[in-house]
Amino acid sequence: MEEEVIKKFLYVNRKAPYGTIYALESLEVVLIGAAFDQDVSLAFIDDGVYQLKKDQQTSVDSGIGVKDFSRTYRALEGYDVEKLYVDRKSMEERGLSEDDLLVDVQVFDEAQMAELMEQQDVVLSF
Amino acid sequence: MLHTVNKSPFDKNSLENCVRFSRKGHSILLFEDAIYGALKGTRFEALLTEALKNTSVYVLVPDLEARGMRMENVIEGVKATDYAGFVNLSVDNKTVQAWL
Amino acid sequence: MAIQADGKTIDTDEEGYLTDLSSWTEGAAKVLAAQDEIELTDSHWEVINFLRDYYNEYQIAPAVRVLTKAIGKKLGKEKGNSKYLYELFPYGPAKQACRFAGLPKPTGCV
Repeated sequence: MEEEVIKKFLYVNRKAPYGTIYALESLEVVLIGAAFDQDVSLAFIDDGVYQLKKDQQTSVDSGIGVKDFSRTYRALEGYDVEKLYVDRKSMEERGLSEDDLLVDVQVFDEAQMAELMEQQDVVLSF
Repeated sequence: MLHTVNKSPFDKNSLENCVRFSRKGHSILLFEDAIYGALKGTRFEALLTEALKNTSVYVLVPDLEARGMRMENVIEGVKATDYAGFVNLSVDNKTVQAWL
Repeated sequence: MAIQADGKTIDTDEEGYLTDLSSWTEGAAKVLAAQDEIELTDSHWEVINFLRDYYNEYQIAPAVRVLTKAIGKKLGKEKGNSKYLYELFPYGPAKQACRFAGLPKPTGCV
């Protein structure tokens, strides 16, 4: 058995949900990756912040005919993925505040976010 | 740390954000449509000039030339690189953040 | 592929998972279980209902590790362990129980 090495993984999410497949793909990779017991963080920058907006209403049967995967972010805690960071400027310039988000996050300024990126072993961009 | 950008700054805010989150000593590589961000005389020149104070900025020459531009059109201080240079940058940096 | 349950024809994929989540009925669960030679008991239903609630809440089928932990939290420690769950669902609590519950195969399961 190889010795287990825990690496720091950061998923950087910069796209709004639904318009492209990036957000959902990222989330699926996070869920699959969670099986490997790594040190996982998620960053939400630019339109990526919109992924966490409360009250998304979709269903396979009505509306846009797509699963409401925003609810899956609330399952991440059960997968031991608990480090979610939101870029303050991206959030504020979109007129959003933490109260508009469906999960607990830490709001980071540029310096904190840049430092977070520097600390990683692997950065995955979506 | 290496940041890569491949979208035109006129189309996406990737370059702006890349510059916002890059820190002293980082490298930024502009390729595909992002080479437009390396050019003199655009409204992004000030942004890039600012970035050059702390970071090394590279432009992928084949993408530049394909778009009718030459190194003489590029902002002073931006370095030229080719595919092999792109690979070396990726290998030399511990992490790569792709600003898609 | 398809199964017959409660007087309806219910489509399944090649692995036996329902293609349409909303076509699920308790009868379908019984038929799917019978195919695996399992007769559903209250203990099975507890897990199946838990999975359906989990899916409604989070829109995914949980990975087995997550399921085990969550069952432990909700139904007690003596049930939140793989031994108990594998006894109920020998082909894997996440995989097999999700199939009976009409959910897709858990993300990351191969």
